[in-house]
Amino acid sequence: MRRWLREQFDRYFGSDPVRLLFALGGLFFATLVVLALLYWVVGKVVTAGLEAWGWDLVRLLLGLLGVMVVVFGNALFLVWAERKVAGHMQIRIGPKEVGPYGLLQSIADSVKLLAKEIITPRFVDRPLYLLAPLLIFVPCLVAMVVIPFDARLQVRDINVGIVMILAFSSLTVLAIFMAGWGSVNKYSLIGGVRSISQSIAYEIPMLLSILPVVMMARSLSLKEVVEAQSPYWFVLVQPVAFLIYFVCAVAETNRTPFDLPEAESELVAGYHTEYSGMRFSLFFLAEYTNIFIVCALATTFFLGGYKGPVLPGVVWFFLKTYALIFVIMWFRWTFPRVRFDQLLNFSWKFLIPLAMANLLVTGGLLKL
Amino acid sequence: MEGSLFQWIVFFAMAFLAIFCALMVVTRRNPIHSAVFLIVNFFAIAVIYLLLGSQFIAIAQVMVYAGAIMMLVVFTIMLISVEEARRVPMVRLSAGKVFGVILAILLFVELLYGLMVKALPGKVGPFTPERLQAVGPVRTVGGLLMSKYLLAFELASVVLLIGIIGAVILAKKER
Repeated sequence: MRRWLREQFDRYFGSDPVRLLFALGGLFFATLVVLALLYWVVGKVVTAGLEAWGWDLVRLLLGLLGVMVVVFGNALFLVWAERKVAGHMQIRIGPKEVGPYGLLQSIADSVKLLAKEIITPRFVDRPLYLLAPLLIFVPCLVAMVVIPFDARLQVRDINVGIVMILAFSSLTVLAIFMAGWGSVNKYSLIGGVRSISQSIAYEIPMLLSILPVVMMARSLSLKEVVEAQSPYWFVLVQPVAFLIYFVCAVAETNRTPFDLPEAESELVAGYHTEYSGMRFSLFFLAEYTNIFIVCALATTFFLGGYKGPVLPGVVWFFLKTYALIFVIMWFRWTFPRVRFDQLLNFSWKFLIPLAMANLLVTGGLLKL
Repeated sequence: MEGSLFQWIVFFAMAFLAIFCALMVVTRRNPIHSAVFLIVNFFAIAVIYLLLGSQFIAIAQVMVYAGAIMMLVVFTIMLISVEEARRVPMVRLSAGKVFGVILAILLFVELLYGLMVKALPGKVGPFTPERLQAVGPVRTVGGLLMSKYLLAFELASVVLLIGIIGAVILAKKER
């Protein structure tokens, strides 16, 4: 392809340099016209939107931009952090060549992934296969909208925020399933099936562990949950709920020891076996974003969110969140992968009854 | 016309999307594609609930239908072999089909009846979007469930419990 382009280029422009000049000029002019048109259209839309919704639209657009920055910044940092943490836990150094302490390693990695060829296997179920890597981002974006990063740093304070995050989080599983099914590959399919049964099993105790928090805060808005933790954090009064939530969070994000949907030693790479290049890295990005979101939610529900002395709220929020993420990385190099029957039995026979009992006790104590 | 132009655009877009997806669900040969269209259909209906100002119902729609129930549907489709499902011969006129057609016609007549007779256009019910916003959608639904519709609520939970027990019995029997 590249050689063909080069031949065409030489044949057309090689003989006559003036032609090249004209072509470049034309291209420049066309770009200007397109940009001007774009500017005009965007301006029209923005002013129309401003008339209709006022500052809501600006807030929404800025929020979207902020969410993008958080998603990509977080993924870049976590890729580096994971390798560094893994290295130190195995008495290695980890990445150190690119940039100071290897900090730019993830940028080099992402450039490599961008440059890779994207291969679509011939017999895949095309619509499902192509939609899956995009769909996996929807729950991430939805969750980011309602997470309060600081007292005033929140895209939207929705009064059913908690339910909304939980409702959309099941879309992740749908995307994983679409990837696993659409790939027409037995390893991918097994990964997809495992992901679904795992998520059905662990969504229930996760919900049941958040309910006591909602009952104590008397609200479904994330901001009010944070505000309700003013004398003490909920982790002090709800330690059992916190532990259940955290275990379920690790399971929902498919991290070791619950990484059965993508177990490398059994399923090649699970549901994303057939994906290459940027499509693969979208799954990667979504996984890191999901880790961030479950830890941010744990911070919001149990660790007082943005509350903390001296430092500004955002700093506290990110400190708590990344501390939890570190614990999840720590898990990865501490626990071996569980067997599938152990995984399901642990949820259905231990976590769910425990969460129910916790809910009952909380309800009783709150009524007293 | 009540409501802003924007609301009408969203309503018509979502209504047509819902109908289109419903048609796709019944015409696709691949059951997984049907399932995905069904999920889009649920989302379109959730947006229509949002237009009515009841955020909680919309979220519950996404959570229960698009989340939990579709997960089970998809799981079941995966467990039965799709190849087998494709090879089901087209039976001319089975009892099930006749029964289904009768049920569908009945449902349609009921809907028409409800729209023509029961619904009074222009009459505002007790739960307007403004009131929902003032009280909070969750509080409204929760209050009604715990007072006016308490019996129905409890009965529904008993029905679900029976379903769970039945599933356990069926699963145990096979051993």
